[in-house]
Amino acid sequence: MLNDITFGQYYESRSPIHRTDPRVKIVLTFILIVFIFLSNNIYALIFSALSVLAVLLVSRVPLKMYLKNMKAILPILIFTAVINLFYSSKGTVLLSFWKISITTAGVYRAVFTSLRIILLILISSVLTYTTTPNDLTDAIESLCSPLKYIGLKSAVHTLAMMMTIALRFIPTLIEEAEKIMNAQKARGADIESGNLIERVKALVPILIPLLMSSVRRAYELAEAMECRCYNGGEGKTRMKRMKLSVIDLRMSIYSAILCAGIILLNVLI
Amino acid sequence: MDNIIEIKNVTYKYTDEDKTVAAVNRVSLNIERGSFTVILGHNGSGKSTLAKLLNGLNKPTEGEVIVDGINTKDEKYELEIKRRVGMVFQNPDNQLIASVVEEDVAFGPENLGIEPQEIRKRVDDALKSVGMYEFRKSAPHKLSGGQKQRVAIAGIIAMTPSCIVLDEPTAMLDPKGRSEIINTLIHLNKDKKITVILITHYMEEAETADRVIVMNDGEIIDDGTPKTVFKNVKRLKEVGLDVPQTTELLYALNQNGFKVDTNVISVEDTAAAIAAALEDKKD
Repeated sequence: MLNDITFGQYYESRSPIHRTDPRVKIVLTFILIVFIFLSNNIYALIFSALSVLAVLLVSRVPLKMYLKNMKAILPILIFTAVINLFYSSKGTVLLSFWKISITTAGVYRAVFTSLRIILLILISSVLTYTTTPNDLTDAIESLCSPLKYIGLKSAVHTLAMMMTIALRFIPTLIEEAEKIMNAQKARGADIESGNLIERVKALVPILIPLLMSSVRRAYELAEAMECRCYNGGEGKTRMKRMKLSVIDLRMSIYSAILCAGIILLNVLI
Repeated sequence: MDNIIEIKNVTYKYTDEDKTVAAVNRVSLNIERGSFTVILGHNGSGKSTLAKLLNGLNKPTEGEVIVDGINTKDEKYELEIKRRVGMVFQNPDNQLIASVVEEDVAFGPENLGIEPQEIRKRVDDALKSVGMYEFRKSAPHKLSGGQKQRVAIAGIIAMTPSCIVLDEPTAMLDPKGRSEIINTLIHLNKDKKITVILITHYMEEAETADRVIVMNDGEIIDDGTPKTVFKNVKRLKEVGLDVPQTTELLYALNQNGFKVDTNVISVEDTAAAIAAALEDKKD
């Protein structure tokens, strides 16, 4: 079950969004999220929704994949919608019982907030579906590089190194956890039944060997890194240099047009 | 004779529960440039400690290790020594740091601050020389053990070392992975002229070496060509090592009064030697 896990959730394709520089993608996603939250009337929001839909189609990731993401956040969505439904006291009353009443303003608010959250999740999944975890890490390191001017250079590098190693070792540790689980099962351990507390307790004989072996791995990895001349990123170069190209400029222009559209609809209507 | 590594009367001691143990005890050894040396020894014989002394990961308690004329104690050349004497460990999983093969191979050269185009070239060359070029975009966890270990070797080759030390690189591999690694090492030694020091406890892997060194209790107890070292079957067994099956067969035959040439190792040569001995008997 855990063997074919996909990290991040990268979906391989050659769409223009896949080819956009990861740094540009992160910045644009951030800007679009801000503008989606700035759209304060229904027309602006519908315009944002259509823009996001266009982005989804351009990304050439099956819409099914995005829907799968939606399913995961459904409880949060329902919760937010319900809270908002009762929140407003303005507008005409639609339904009223005891001290609680549902008004048109409340319904409007519930729809509005849910739609915003849906758009937010969709636009951020575009980023994770079209960018490999490695590219994301590199992009974050690159975007954080101005921090070196305030004396945080090694902090930025260390953080990026940690992310790289974490990504690399997730599958290895999953494999190891499975092995330990099987070994404990073979010794008669019961990890799948019982109440919550019993099941948490049953995890201890799995977590302790896993922790021990991770520490040993860390030690060996540190030695191997030392043997490969790692000295904390001092004077380090990169094989792959991220370079901005025409496609990045185009993506930025499209995003700027979408943002301008949202502002216009906000102001005009 | 041109020596790439000179070990001069080296002792390495460590403290284990208030007890000082000499893992390597007054060892002197020269490794010739371009040679293929195998170091044999059972667990705890000090062979891994010796390996780590070769690239300065361990600093000798007494004595000196000289690599290409540089003392490993000289901190100015710390990185340069590690670049010249590359090191591969037993568990391939704990040596790879990136989630993409080619990015992992680039790790060493990146640390050395080499120009991006040059890194690209070295990574491609290194992956081709270990036969892993088609897998350059793969994730390490999708590869077999032997393939992962070859990527680890490529990661060292990309730093253009003059010598590679491998500490039991085949111990965790299946027979197929094991022969992949040995063939890769033979290729690197013969075609790329890289000095190879292979630490192992598999006798078969010593057959193709130029020189075999046997270690026991932190000391060198035998040193010579595979044929001369394996002739001493009794001594090897005393220190807990197995000889190749062919050697063992010939030894047993001779012990039991069947005179046969023991100066061979490979299966083909052994078969021929036994056939020749049978011919002699008939006459």
